[in-house]
Amino acid sequence: MSDSNPIDFSAVPDNRGHFGPYGGRFVSETLMDALEELESLYNRLSADADFQAEFDRDLAHYVGRPSPLYLAERLTAKVGGAQIYLKREDLNHTGAHKVNNTIGQALLAKHMGKPRVIAETGAGQHGVATATVAARLGLKCQVYMGAEDVQRQSLNVYRMKLLGAEVIPVTSGSRTLKDAMNEAMRDWVTNVDDTFYIIGTVAGPHPYPKLVRDFQCVIGREARQQCLDQTGVLPDALVACVGGGSNAIGLFHPFLEDSAVQMYGVEAGGRGIETGQHAAPLCAGRPGVLHGNRTYLMEDDAGQIIETHSVSAGLDYPGVGPEHSWLKDIGRVNYVNITDDEALTAFRELTRIEGIMPALESSHAVAYGMKLAATMRQDQRIVINLSGRGDKDIHTVAGIDGISI
Amino acid sequence: MSRIQQCFENLRSEGRKALIPYVTAGDPDPSMTLPLMHALVEAGANIIELGIPFSDPMADGPVIQQAMERALLHHVSLRQVLDMVRAFREQDQTTPVVLMGYLNPVERMGYETFAREAADAGVDGVLTVDLPPEEADEVIGFFKQHDLDCIFLMSPTTTLDRARRICEQASGYVYYVSLKGVTGSSALDVTDVASKLEALRTVTDLPIGVGFGIRDGESAAAVGKVADGVVVGSVLVNKIATYASQPEQAREAIAATIRDMRQAMDQ
Repeated sequence: MSDSNPIDFSAVPDNRGHFGPYGGRFVSETLMDALEELESLYNRLSADADFQAEFDRDLAHYVGRPSPLYLAERLTAKVGGAQIYLKREDLNHTGAHKVNNTIGQALLAKHMGKPRVIAETGAGQHGVATATVAARLGLKCQVYMGAEDVQRQSLNVYRMKLLGAEVIPVTSGSRTLKDAMNEAMRDWVTNVDDTFYIIGTVAGPHPYPKLVRDFQCVIGREARQQCLDQTGVLPDALVACVGGGSNAIGLFHPFLEDSAVQMYGVEAGGRGIETGQHAAPLCAGRPGVLHGNRTYLMEDDAGQIIETHSVSAGLDYPGVGPEHSWLKDIGRVNYVNITDDEALTAFRELTRIEGIMPALESSHAVAYGMKLAATMRQDQRIVINLSGRGDKDIHTVAGIDGISI
Repeated sequence: MSRIQQCFENLRSEGRKALIPYVTAGDPDPSMTLPLMHALVEAGANIIELGIPFSDPMADGPVIQQAMERALLHHVSLRQVLDMVRAFREQDQTTPVVLMGYLNPVERMGYETFAREAADAGVDGVLTVDLPPEEADEVIGFFKQHDLDCIFLMSPTTTLDRARRICEQASGYVYYVSLKGVTGSSALDVTDVASKLEALRTVTDLPIGVGFGIRDGESAAAVGKVADGVVVGSVLVNKIATYASQPEQAREAIAATIRDMRQAMDQ
């Protein structure tokens, strides 16, 4: 990227939802009207001071924002390189960044007068965040979750039930997040009149990638100001995990025009890129069309979507938000990957060294952040987005340790 | 005149409506499809919609999802689907074949390559479920170049203004989805469909096929009274599921359903 020809990051997506060649609105005709309605409502409300004030109020008093920016001194000392700051999205109400978005979309549902919300979920964090706002607003809530994920995230399944949501296990296809999204789309096509679909990530048909990004940008806006307040300068690098990519876009976007700030999106390397058993479309996939948008995908030579693998259910997805695809192509963000084993090691290290148990998704960012910091000077600073807390993963980690709890 | 136009023209002069069965290519295995296509025509089908298997059929209900899963167990690819059409054309040069599927396999092959090879194989039209006209400019260019009709969906949620824009891009026929839902849904309301079609006819002269929720001779005849074509899918695909290991029984059961519908529609 050259400074003489800066990219206007606020100009994407265009009014048809395109980020360069990515994004767009690839859905069946029945949903077009609903998406146009959502788009025009969102365009109106995003410029409406009252709506923004309502959103900010909820983030402050219900979610507990701003989330801290924490200098992890013992981790920094252990790594022996750049100073490592953690953006503590794990401290949000419900334990992850997902609630920033569900608060925003639930407000949209309320403005549209829809009595029912649906969501897809992988790790269950988005499902929990959706069930939570639905409980608060008195909306009927159904959450689609791959049958495989229902097994490995049983704690979150029960949380959603306690919150009054119905969890529907999806048994088609690979029985994970992508199939949950297919099923949620089918529900929406059928119940489009009374239902708002709360998509959990910066993917899907326009305007979802844009509006989810806008709701999550509170992460980066806060982090940027907190860096300036605490250190007087911007950080040298940002690190966030990327499944669909909502926590990453939320952190990165407010820094995109700060060209000195390096950015690293960390995909799930699973058992290693070379094994094919991973969930890293930006590192090892190709552009295609799935779930309403054009983006990098994991597909075979015939254009069929292939099964992904990650120890973390929230990253186990064959696509990625279209804005990430664009940021990759223009070279603004570096996309890297971390294996299951590396993420598990980081999970244990952060827990033992800082007393902070990260979600397995966020552990991917922690693992890469530690590698990166080690290559940097001690007067440099990185911010790792600690997008969620790890309580939900205790069963998975215990299982890997051969312990049944 | 394209095969699709010719087909509707002939039917109109006979005072009949098009019966348009959908089957998924390669379901339950690749050897089933070619004899099934011929059996459909023999039983009274006028146009065949051949489904391209896709791993993530977002707009389809469980019946067609499972059909695609069965086909994909045999790795049925878009190229093989084109080969099936080519083989069909060796015996049948008159029945239009429309491919129906999702964009990604087409995008993977490349729009231009696909358009050329599809036309070469004897495909007449393409309906891409997740490709609304807003995103279709590039594809349509290649389709036109190779005389492939671009068939678009319209639904109960399509405004008249939008319908007008869709029909400007469409050719061959348009496909009206009779209800909000996925394929295999059952709550068809013919009165509702009739009034919607009346409105749509003010914006287009293209023939209108109606699908979703058509299960038997009675519903086919009722829809045939108001539409130019009757599309039937899940009820046929269900027979393949029922007789998965007995291809001849499946074929006969499907042909019997088509014969019933044909008879009811022609009365």
